[in-house]
Amino acid sequence: MAERKRETAVVLSQEQLAEGIFSMWIQTEAAKSAAPGQFISMYTNDSSKLLPRPISICEIDRKNSRLRVVYRVTGENTGTEQFSRMKAGDTLPVIGPLGNGFPLEAGKGKRVFLMGGGIGVPPILELAKELECEEKQIVVGYRDADTFLREEFEQNGKVYISTEDGSVGTQGNVMDAIREEQLSADLIYACGPMPMLRAIKYYAEEHEIECYISLEERMACGIGACLGCVCKTKEKDHHSNVNNARICKDGPVFLASEVEI
Amino acid sequence: MDMRVNIAGVEWKNPVTVASGTFGSGAEFEAFVDLNRLGAVTTKGVANIPWEGNPTPRVAEVASGMMNAVGLQNPGIDLFCKRDIPFLRKYDTKIIVNVCGRSEEDYCEVVERLADEDVDMLEINISCPNVKEGGIAFGQNPVAAEQITKAVKRYAKQPVIMKLSPNVTDIAEMARAVEAGGADAVSLINTLTGMKIDIHRRQFVLANRTGGVSGPAIHPIAVRMVYQVAHAVKVPIIGMGGIANATDAIEMLLAGASAVSVGTVNFHNPAVTMEIVDGIQAYMKRYGFEHISDMVGIV
Repeated sequence: MAERKRETAVVLSQEQLAEGIFSMWIQTEAAKSAAPGQFISMYTNDSSKLLPRPISICEIDRKNSRLRVVYRVTGENTGTEQFSRMKAGDTLPVIGPLGNGFPLEAGKGKRVFLMGGGIGVPPILELAKELECEEKQIVVGYRDADTFLREEFEQNGKVYISTEDGSVGTQGNVMDAIREEQLSADLIYACGPMPMLRAIKYYAEEHEIECYISLEERMACGIGACLGCVCKTKEKDHHSNVNNARICKDGPVFLASEVEI
Repeated sequence: MDMRVNIAGVEWKNPVTVASGTFGSGAEFEAFVDLNRLGAVTTKGVANIPWEGNPTPRVAEVASGMMNAVGLQNPGIDLFCKRDIPFLRKYDTKIIVNVCGRSEEDYCEVVERLADEDVDMLEINISCPNVKEGGIAFGQNPVAAEQITKAVKRYAKQPVIMKLSPNVTDIAEMARAVEAGGADAVSLINTLTGMKIDIHRRQFVLANRTGGVSGPAIHPIAVRMVYQVAHAVKVPIIGMGGIANATDAIEMLLAGASAVSVGTVNFHNPAVTMEIVDGIQAYMKRYGFEHISDMVGIV
């Protein structure tokens, strides 16, 4: 009883990876039980900002109780901007790990797409590091030549890049990269903006490929109580008793065929 | 020191409960809070049938608070009775079931269904600003509020708490109306209707356009309304609205609330309710209050 709590994490390092994209390593107990695709609730030290920011986990160092988060600053005077100004030694409250991550066991013996777009790219890194499968095809989409985390991805699989401006890899999005490179897979994991996830869900259904997508929605509690962050489900959800699942608690990773997006 | 309070004949071990909708039915907070330490758990509103709620986005942050337009998504009374009541009964805390509806018949159906269930009190939500029918329609008109109170009282076997809306001209008048209708207690305040606009996208942040504002931003308004109601009715008051710590809770008690509900701040710190219980106790010790009731409404 009462075995979990909001804890104080310590910032170990912070660097800017690209325009508006920051990377932070933190010391936290949350690392010990974290899995790829899970997230943490990060709180600012500004008491006028009450709600946690749900931030996906980019890398996990369980042995040393460290997590890496790579996040986008969403604007002036936002919580994420406050995070970006933190320095090594600063502290912040966190709760985690939260939610259900990517099911790693599904990868056994499969040719897999690991797909990330925009600020959905970071959680794909820890997945790429931990996944055991037949063929690891990492397909990541960016706006421009700021292809953050690219070197880390290249150490963990074959990397295909798309950029909206065509400056690196395939011009367009991750689906364009798949078509241009004539790639195929029998399992997909994906995280990214909703239009990308819709396209991937459609592609997976058309090709009858098992597909897991990580969803995002505005959250308040992060632990399944407030019902703020629901998504529509195909079948009636066991908890809600209606066709809504909680992204924070039942997700954020869902079998694509089970959600209506 | 005695932290027990008696609300309409039901004895709570301390004056702290949670605001409906911020705590589910307790299961999601079980890992963070020892539920045995709460005076009562107030559940998320439940209706006669499952409700889908509103489209997303349903929540947004505002300065020192948040807005929500969840729209009373709930699993319906049948699943609630089967799953949530037995869960809460494992704990030594009182169970307050929050009831929502679209019509008088809806409310009465739920209240009647709960009559023989093992729950301690009912809280009737006539003040949700986020659903088009029912809810607020009863909470902004004293005649309708008195009428719905009388109706649910005919079916209720547990004491009835009427939850009042701050989105009215005179909340004391609403409190008098539900007291005349037979309410055993009142709780206030529900959220204040607000609106937030994304200036970059030039659209409403919430899919519902408007939402209920809660959190520390509304606390002074809640204290003022509790004070006004305390001077208007004799039934006990459960005070809520932006309580973030023991100081805020004690302020509510001094203004006239017999108990308090902690809401939005559960999202900021899931263990805050236990800290508030401890803080009230420390205050009693510091100033020599023997009973909680010695503090109620003394300002």
